[in-house]
Amino acid sequence: MIKIDVDMNKCQHYGQCVFEAPEVFQLNADDKLEYKAEAPDEMLADLEAAADVCPMQAIMLTRE
Amino acid sequence: MTDAPLLIVGASMAGLRTAEGARRAGYDGPIEFLGAEAHAPYNRPPLSKELLQTEGHGHDEVAFPIRSALEQGVTWTLGRAAASLDAERRVVVDEAGVEHPYSSLVIATGLRPKPLPIPSHGLGGIHVLRTLDDAVGLRSALRPGANVVILGSGFVGCEIAATAAKNGCSVSIVTQSAVPLDRALGPELGGEVRRRHEAHGVRFFTRDGLFGLVGETAVERVILTSGVMLECDVLVVAIGSDPNTEWLQGSGLDVSDGVLVDAGLRAIGVDGVVRPDVFAVGDVARYPNPLFDDVPRRVEHWNLPTETGKRAGQLIAAHLRGDDCEPLAAAGFAPLPSFWSDQYDMHLLAFGMTYLADRRELVAGSLDDECVVEYFRGETLVGVCGIGMRSLVQSYRSRFSMPSATV
Ligand SMILES: Cc1cc2nc3c(=O)[nH]c(=O)nc-3n(C[C@H](O)[C@H](O)[C@H](O)COP(=O)(O)OP(=O)(O)OC[C@H]3O[C@@H](n4cnc5c(N)ncnc54)[C@H](O)[C@@H]3O)c2cc1C
Ligand code: SF4
Repeated sequence: MIKIDVDMNKCQHYGQCVFEAPEVFQLNADDKLEYKAEAPDEMLADLEAAADVCPMQAIMLTRE
Repeated sequence: MTDAPLLIVGASMAGLRTAEGARRAGYDGPIEFLGAEAHAPYNRPPLSKELLQTEGHGHDEVAFPIRSALEQGVTWTLGRAAASLDAERRVVVDEAGVEHPYSSLVIATGLRPKPLPIPSHGLGGIHVLRTLDDAVGLRSALRPGANVVILGSGFVGCEIAATAAKNGCSVSIVTQSAVPLDRALGPELGGEVRRRHEAHGVRFFTRDGLFGLVGETAVERVILTSGVMLECDVLVVAIGSDPNTEWLQGSGLDVSDGVLVDAGLRAIGVDGVVRPDVFAVGDVARYPNPLFDDVPRRVEHWNLPTETGKRAGQLIAAHLRGDDCEPLAAAGFAPLPSFWSDQYDMHLLAFGMTYLADRRELVAGSLDDECVVEYFRGETLVGVCGIGMRSLVQSYRSRFSMPSATV
């Protein structure tokens, strides 16, 4: 599994991550980010893409 | 020379993404980074925002994580600039005269700020902002009460102004434009940005420039071309950037404005011939984007180092495997530029090439609150920019598509 942490002090809710990994990241009705804390290994490429495009570099991924 | 590394000049975001992209596409050979700065790759946007106002923040707060794919087989030669390229022999010579042979070369040397346009007479107190070291130096000068004059009203100038005003500095922006950000965003949003800055006490001197500096050892006052004299402890020059391509003079590459590349990010020579083993990525690369037209441009938006790096990485892996790269290169490259800017509590988010527009339309909200502006060239949507309203702005992404004639 891959553990997903978003530093919510950094996140500005730009939603760039949503386009790379919509299964994990979503903007809710108030334009605020919601995300899943874990995802299967197969999603690594999408999750790395999401971490790459985050303007605040707020997304941290750890393999467990 | 099969064991020569993939050499990446510029330990930059674009260089890092290229290395990751090559690994992801199957390249497992050696990689060498040759970088002029002493630092491993880091994220620049915070340099004009958080890092500029947070004492103690340094490389740790902005460094890109090094992924496991790059933990092995990577050499970092930092604090050393490339001085010349011999593309025939496939060798880069650094400033100390050391030769760095390569199997493929990636040019990721980015930009540097344009210098003060008038003589500085060796006075202190004059700053630019591109690197971490620049930011740390500028931060210590932005003391509460300091008189800060910013030359230029692009994104970097405006963001520094906002940060300095928040720090309690007395801030003036001197610009040849009529409104800030007018080239990027047009007069409507530009005027609104000015209004918000003025509400925070920033003064504007538009359609103006620097005429002279006054001071003993450091700048104390600046004289504008309009004749106005301003107290000045800190002068920040933020009037745009030039590509770092001097080291490529005489290499046979077309470096007339950045490094000209094809849709595979492969460098094109002055002879018009594509160099299959030399790539350019990030801000220094000039390439056409078929989402808009066929004019090669340098585009300085944060998502493009990643997009160009990923794509170059694929071609590099294919090239070093000995595959035919033509089908990959011919597949076209049409990344959607995206950029953002944070000033005070205003969050700007944009997609496309707003600066190509000849017409703008406010389609949601109102300028003095949250809003969305569409940008058109003729009848074609070329960009969108919002203050706030992120979901609505995001929803435009799917509206930028290739003209049906291409690809
Ligand atoms: C202060 C600031 C704020 C920004 N804020 C935003 C923002 O809010 N939103 C946004 O969309 N974009 C922003 N940007 C733009 C974004 O950061 C850039 O587009 C991005 O950094 C470009 O990355 P790059 O990898 O192409 O090049 P660079 O980051 O410029 O890296 C190039 C590297 O190459 C090195 N180098 C140069 N010459 C040589 C040589 N001869 N030999 C070896 N190494 C060399 C340089 O020292 C540098 O380390 C900002 C940029 C700056 C400077
Ligand atoms: S891209 Fe980054 S800043 Fe934007 S919503 Fe996702 S985590 Fe937050």
